[in-house]
Amino acid sequence: MHMNRILLFLILGTLAVFASGAIEGEVKKQALNMSAIVMFVIFVGATLGITYWAAKRTKSAKDFYTAGGGITGFQNGMAIAGDYMSAASFLGISGLVYLKGYDGLIYSIGFLVGWPIILFMIAEPLRNLGKYTFADVASYRLRQTPIRTLAAAGSIATVILYLIAQMVGAGKLIQLLFGLEYEVAVLLVGVLMILYVTFGGMLATTWVQIIKAFLLLSGASFMAIAVMAHYDFSFGSLFAHATELKGIEIMSPGGLVSDPISAISLAVALMFGTAGLPHILMRFFTVSDAKEARKSVFYATGFIGYFYILTFIIGFGAIVMVFQNPQYLDAAKQAISGGAPILGGDNMAAIHLSHAVGGDFFLGFISAVAFATILAVVSGLTLAGASAISHDLYASVLKKGNVDSLKEMKVSKIATVILGIVAIIMGIMFEKQNIAFVVGLAFAIAASANFPILFLSMYWKKLTTRGAVIGGSLGLLTAVVLVIIGPTVWVDLLGNAEAIFPYKYPALFSVTAAFVGIWFFSITDSSHNAEQEREAFEAQYIRSQTGIGAEGASEH
Amino acid sequence: MNKELVDKIKNNPDYKELVSKRSSFSIKLTVAMLVVYFAFILTIAFDPALLGTPICADSVTTIGIPIGIAVIIFAFVLTGIYTLRANGEFDDLNNKIKNSIKEN
Repeated sequence: MHMNRILLFLILGTLAVFASGAIEGEVKKQALNMSAIVMFVIFVGATLGITYWAAKRTKSAKDFYTAGGGITGFQNGMAIAGDYMSAASFLGISGLVYLKGYDGLIYSIGFLVGWPIILFMIAEPLRNLGKYTFADVASYRLRQTPIRTLAAAGSIATVILYLIAQMVGAGKLIQLLFGLEYEVAVLLVGVLMILYVTFGGMLATTWVQIIKAFLLLSGASFMAIAVMAHYDFSFGSLFAHATELKGIEIMSPGGLVSDPISAISLAVALMFGTAGLPHILMRFFTVSDAKEARKSVFYATGFIGYFYILTFIIGFGAIVMVFQNPQYLDAAKQAISGGAPILGGDNMAAIHLSHAVGGDFFLGFISAVAFATILAVVSGLTLAGASAISHDLYASVLKKGNVDSLKEMKVSKIATVILGIVAIIMGIMFEKQNIAFVVGLAFAIAASANFPILFLSMYWKKLTTRGAVIGGSLGLLTAVVLVIIGPTVWVDLLGNAEAIFPYKYPALFSVTAAFVGIWFFSITDSSHNAEQEREAFEAQYIRSQTGIGAEGASEH
Repeated sequence: MNKELVDKIKNNPDYKELVSKRSSFSIKLTVAMLVVYFAFILTIAFDPALLGTPICADSVTTIGIPIGIAVIIFAFVLTGIYTLRANGEFDDLNNKIKNSIKEN
């Protein structure tokens, strides 16, 4: 009861903050704001309603982390898609297609191909062995304290980097769309995310993601269809018109991947990185068994693949309808730099296109969807980060597993609030920074630390704690150092003339370092402990293959 | 899981069949995905002009477009193939294993 009252108070408080900000914003961009704000308020109202409903059903740590484990494969597939299709992929990839054409498609394909690998290799054993976090699986037969500490470090690093990117993106986007102050926008996202996760846990997060995925797919479908209808559903005519405006080179690969090493390294980062993202891995514990886990990936791959095809059409749609359209031209910027820059930069291409095909009303809808997208992604991230803190660090490392479920849930909620505050502060701190490297770094860490430990713990009998800890740390460290001395940070951020490490994507080297390190320090480990760990593999493998002894869904 | 149960399942012919069939199937599909994707990405790295070939003489559409879309569809179809077989054949085998340990 007490909690519900607090929730109600916070809901009203948030709406009040939003309303006051909205009035300020109205002064700047009147027509643009109203439909967006109305639709956004409806979304926030509905999701807070869901949070209220979910809060009443979230009674134990299991409910909090996994929504009780009773989500269906279809729902989870939709939620995974909602978790994965961030505003960065919607606006960023359509913006990249708008800017460079074919290169955008190359990039989106990279983000998709990790999914089949997750299905064939990771999803089922993960579901069969784990409970709440991927560290459950990695530490299944290894020593809890070191493995969980490392896995939690990898998770928290990935989550915070990803959060920074989302928060800064959110602040800028909302500032532009709704006319709110940057700080107000970041604060609003942070507060809503804290509300969803602390009160509604995984159940609320899941439904926020499902609703968002539905809205995003519907909105993007409408835009793609509207663009195609303009050309009588002929891709030939669309491309012909686009090349008249931007030149023939947009139809072939450009400079995204220039040399083979970068190409392979990017591919490795995207493939294995996806399979090492803690907020994605965590979603597999929300379904009842391996069968539903499989279905989840099948549906998720379908939704995500369909979405990337849409973003490609949307990017081309923006070329023909937004590029050189005086309505969307940033005249002030053009006066300085020439060319035909659009308002808000290339990443706003999809937003302007929504106005071009559906007027103010549809612009409002897409703006609200973009905001909802950010909320859904940051909620999933925060929940994953909070679980690493409460389940791995607090319950398993600090309390050695002797902690009751309610206490653990409470710690989780405190961790959520702290992570939310950290995200808000980081979002404000990084406003004017060049943050292009952070998502790349998050993927590199996920691919180089989380993935090798998880993968080898499932399949390699000879893996020992020593090998996993040294090799995993080596992967983590290599990824971080190579990003720092690589072109994105050393040259672009720190202003040095030449990078010490010439490649933008370190994954090929850091993933190799992790695997070699794990292999070498495992096979040379002749301790008594290592022997026991190898002996325990058989029972673990049987459970991972059959699901015998696996966590089920909760009763209620 | 105790030692006795581990030995029992390990020697169960259904378990052996499940593990060998599923592993080889997973590996084949993984290799298929890797080959297709790396062929795509390495073509771009070594010979970007190749994917820029027009699909026919008077068209601006390049072969890279249908090929790129095909990679996306291929990934989705692979997940479908795996899910279909695993939800049928593999789960049936798995249920047989689970029933065999319930019997005593």
